[in-house]
Amino acid sequence: MEILFYIAAAVTVLATLRVITHLHAVHALLNLIVALIALAVIFYLLGAPFAAALEIIVYAGAIMVLFVFVVMLLNQGPLTVEQERRWLAPGIWIGPSLLALVLLGEVFYIIMANPAPSQDLVGVQPKEVAIALYGPYVIAVELASMLLLPGLIGAYHMGRRLGKERR
Amino acid sequence: MLTTHALILAMVLFCLGLVGLLMRRNIIYMLLSVEIMLNAASLAFIAAGARWNQADGQIMYLLILTLAAAEVSVALGIVLQISSRFQTLDADALSEMKG
Repeated sequence: MEILFYIAAAVTVLATLRVITHLHAVHALLNLIVALIALAVIFYLLGAPFAAALEIIVYAGAIMVLFVFVVMLLNQGPLTVEQERRWLAPGIWIGPSLLALVLLGEVFYIIMANPAPSQDLVGVQPKEVAIALYGPYVIAVELASMLLLPGLIGAYHMGRRLGKERR
Repeated sequence: MLTTHALILAMVLFCLGLVGLLMRRNIIYMLLSVEIMLNAASLAFIAAGARWNQADGQIMYLLILTLAAAEVSVALGIVLQISSRFQTLDADALSEMKG
């Protein structure tokens, strides 16, 4: 179980290094997605399966898709086709794919071999999290909703003004 | 033991995000670096929650996730505005406020 953690940690650090040193935004995004998935594996190994699922669904699934959409929006123009061709060259996706394959191997190993968790970790189940979230932390849920509403209004405001100017 | 090393990993990731934030001048990369730093913080919370076997760490992770979603949606709107008004994403070019 420990060796899985160290492999996932190495994948995270490598992918993050590629994020901050890469010159192409799409490649950096690919590497960041791999880093987030590796972080989800680490969350699982630390005994937080609910957080691992949320990391993949919300972070790698929703937030990174937003980033990809914006990067694609910013690259409009006649050069786009040539650019896309260059983005699809094998040298670009082979690094993140290898890192993701390492993570896939880890997941297969966990499913097949079902290794015992490390001794000092019990794991916090989603039920306990939910009971605590809607018990003593219910005010935090309200605060989160108060944070999300300005986020929604702000994003709508920014996007609406942009559409008006372009027309 | 695992949680200690997870905290060290969180520290390394946070430093990488900070270095990226200071090193790059493209706004998209600066946003990505902020995301890396938020992830490092949430890893620290999860590791602490696993160490003490409490649910509080994961609740803090949920709040960080909410914060990141709200922050990214507004920040990417600002990025689109900047690119349409200034035709650039260079943070150093945005000096109209004379701060």
